[in-house]
Amino acid sequence: MVAASVSRAATADAPPPGRVVRRMRAGLGDRLFGLGLTGAAWIIVLLAGALVAALGWEAREAIATFGWRFLTTSVWDPVQGRFGALPFIYGTLVSALLALVIAVPLSLGAAIFLAELAPAWIRSPIAFLIEMLAAVPSVVYGLWGIFVLVPWLRDWVEPPLGATLGFLPLFQGPPYGIGMLAAGVILAIMVVPYITSVSREVLLAVPRSQREAALGIGATRWETTRIAVLRYGRSGLVGAILLGLGRALGETMAVTMVIGNRPEVALSLFAPGYTMASVIANEFTEATSEIYVSALVEIGLLLLVVTIAVNGLARLLVWSVGGPARGGRE
Amino acid sequence: MNTRRLISTTMSALTCVAAIVAVLPLLLIFGFLLVKGASAVSVDFFLHLPKPVGEPGGGVANAIVGSLIMIGLAVVVGLPIGIAGGVYLADSRDRHLPWAVRFIADVLNGVPSIVVGIFAYTLVVLPMRRFSALAGGLALGFILIPIVLRTTEEMVRLVPNALREAGLGLGIPRWRVTLRIVLPSARAGILTGVMVAVARIAGETAPLLFTALGNRFWHQGLDQPIAALPLQIYAYAISPYDDWHRQAWAGALVLITLVFLASFAARVATRGRTIAR
Amino acid sequence: MTRRSILACTLAMAVGWLPVPASAQMLVNGAGATFPYPIYSKWFEEYIKVDPEVRFNYQSIGSGGGIRQITERTVDFGASDGPMTDEQLKKAPGELFHIPTVLGAVAATYNLPGSPKLSFTGEVLADIFLGKITKWNDERIKALNPGAALPSQPIIVVHRSDGSGTTYIWVDYLSKVSPEWEQKVGRGTSVSWPVGLGGKGNEGVAGQVKLSPGSLGYVELAYAVTNKLPVAAIRNHAGKFIEPTIESTTAAAAGAAKNMPEDFRVSLTNAPGAEAYPIASFTWLLVYRDQPNEAKGRAIVKFLWWAIHDGQKHPAALLYAPLPAPVVKQIEAKIKLITYSGKPILASQ
Repeated sequence: MVAASVSRAATADAPPPGRVVRRMRAGLGDRLFGLGLTGAAWIIVLLAGALVAALGWEAREAIATFGWRFLTTSVWDPVQGRFGALPFIYGTLVSALLALVIAVPLSLGAAIFLAELAPAWIRSPIAFLIEMLAAVPSVVYGLWGIFVLVPWLRDWVEPPLGATLGFLPLFQGPPYGIGMLAAGVILAIMVVPYITSVSREVLLAVPRSQREAALGIGATRWETTRIAVLRYGRSGLVGAILLGLGRALGETMAVTMVIGNRPEVALSLFAPGYTMASVIANEFTEATSEIYVSALVEIGLLLLVVTIAVNGLARLLVWSVGGPARGGRE
Repeated sequence: MNTRRLISTTMSALTCVAAIVAVLPLLLIFGFLLVKGASAVSVDFFLHLPKPVGEPGGGVANAIVGSLIMIGLAVVVGLPIGIAGGVYLADSRDRHLPWAVRFIADVLNGVPSIVVGIFAYTLVVLPMRRFSALAGGLALGFILIPIVLRTTEEMVRLVPNALREAGLGLGIPRWRVTLRIVLPSARAGILTGVMVAVARIAGETAPLLFTALGNRFWHQGLDQPIAALPLQIYAYAISPYDDWHRQAWAGALVLITLVFLASFAARVATRGRTIAR
Repeated sequence: MTRRSILACTLAMAVGWLPVPASAQMLVNGAGATFPYPIYSKWFEEYIKVDPEVRFNYQSIGSGGGIRQITERTVDFGASDGPMTDEQLKKAPGELFHIPTVLGAVAATYNLPGSPKLSFTGEVLADIFLGKITKWNDERIKALNPGAALPSQPIIVVHRSDGSGTTYIWVDYLSKVSPEWEQKVGRGTSVSWPVGLGGKGNEGVAGQVKLSPGSLGYVELAYAVTNKLPVAAIRNHAGKFIEPTIESTTAAAAGAAKNMPEDFRVSLTNAPGAEAYPIASFTWLLVYRDQPNEAKGRAIVKFLWWAIHDGQKHPAALLYAPLPAPVVKQIEAKIKLITYSGKPILASQ
């Protein structure tokens, strides 16, 4: 009786019983699946948190001992247990800045060429080659740097620079070849592909209407690019440059192999230097005291914070032009 | 009128020059690798273990295998998390978590790999009391996850809604639709995302410096130090021995060829699909 | 394409996962000094013939690294040419032995056109490394080398960027001959260098000197010779200018046996003796007195015994000096003290 009335009620205005049962089962499967997916998402969040927490924990001794002085002192003395990160911060910033000075004009020029001015047949091959450059491993850059770039700088670039521009403190000192200039050049080569491809995307995202409006009032190709495209995509381009900066700040192997490993603040580009990533690479496995390890991890923490800040800002700027879906690869 | 035209042509030419200069280093690097490394690449190079200092010959067989093992480990650990996370980001209707995960993934992409190495050292090497392939593989996995995550998200988004709706309309539960319909159709794109990530981690040296440590012999288990191709190249490059230098060039040639092949394959496979890269 | 590539990748990785047939071997891991790396790598290769069941994997990451890793027990043995300080020994979870293996010399090596034979005194070297002497044709260098063609180039000083026992030997010597150095910089495996470029490992320094004309660095003798880099003669305690050779290194250790401290942590720099080279040193393997793992402990002890006896015929070819016989006797007694679970390993052979 009950069954009959249920089935009548079911047929009347509810979905047939089979469909009901299937939907209830589907609910459980969906919930579990959803939990699994959300779980994966949370794992990622937790990993990021664990990264910061682990570094912070290992660095606590150095933070407690040196405080803010860590950022402003130049002494790196493992024997006495006195550590200051200034030379590394300086080296990281200078090498990255030098890289940008060299790379930005090249990258923006190449991006404009690829997005606006190049004939269609040449766009793909050049874009492809630039992307391949991004795939070259850092250690290979370093290898090439040691045996090709450094001797070239030492024999053909630094002596004439020193002779002509030697009155500037930037170009004084013996031409080692190895040093800040080599690091800057190698970093520039390494960030060009990143800045170029993101800039190109940004430029391509600029609506056609902007270009057409400019052309419509009689602008030349270059003027169109300058007025309509570059101005519109400005924040995205800045974002692209910041992405390149973020890459340059964190680069380890290639820089370690050509920078000279000298923890000292020096004005000259010819002088050897040291970056935050390099000192960790060179000294981490051998730091023989707790405070030494802690100081190195604190440098790692600093590096992490700085790259997160730069990359975060870069993402926001790039998203402002193209939207959050972009920027998948790096 | 003429000056403006002149400026425009000059700037066009300059940008063309910029593009050529941007590409030049690639040709230089690859050229040098070929010239200096090709002579040392031989069957021996692929099949033999390194020889002690001063003895010529030897190869990087264990380094290649070591790299493959750690990449395999990274993929085994990172792939499920990356794909699951990517599907989550594509399908979720939550308000805050997806945005946070997306942002974190992009930020993690930019974390210097040496910092990942410190993380793996603290979390894996110290408690295990030894350097290991496991630590190296996990460090590489950490780098792989964000890359796979973002590409999976984009590939899953690209699957036309019609497919999903068709499945749902047939009464197939949502989770089955995702697993059996959406993912398989996004399979090619996801796989290429994995290949891009593999190409990236294959070349990583910094996170392996204090996790895998290196090994001059065949691996003896995942909980032991292990050789890796980029590590070997680094050790040889900074050594003073000419024979080792030649092997460094050869190793670099092998590494870059593998990385290029993977990247190239990934790019070819996604030609025509609109993804960021 | 994708299916095939998955298959290919899986196969490639499966090759790695398969246990290599000879995998019945036990792997003993060590890390540390680059100073003895050439002789250790030769020894570990030769030892495979003596005991095919064991493989010794040695990573040359610098003495500082060796000390750190053995203290953290992430390796089975360490290696260093700078003896551990009392503080460092206290930090280790167990008692650590310093077992001397060979003697080596730290040479001053340089890159000048024509590779002239140069002589230095300790004080001049200290001043160069302090940055007080900056050019090759400085008066004091010329005075020591009247016949040599010294350019007016600046001296590119190359030191170690990593924690190094070779550095320890070098700065130990400089501290003994230059009060200013001792006060300003001091001793250690890693010091705060007043001037110079850093190279990673003995390999890195030798590589750097080889690449850079006008450079001056310090490396273990074997590294200079294998790379055909010139080495300088240095004035020793007795006043004679001596070049680093096997004989002069052995001469430096000649008096060592008489006053050898029980833990073998002795400095041989600036040793007395007419023919002694002033910058020589023992190099030690660092092992725990009480071994945590029986099989590995036995392998290590057997290897140590071999190294101080049969192994001693190999160092000379690589320009290390073998251990003096009386010292070998003392080391034997020490090795017999290594235990597992309280029982001496060697006695149970």
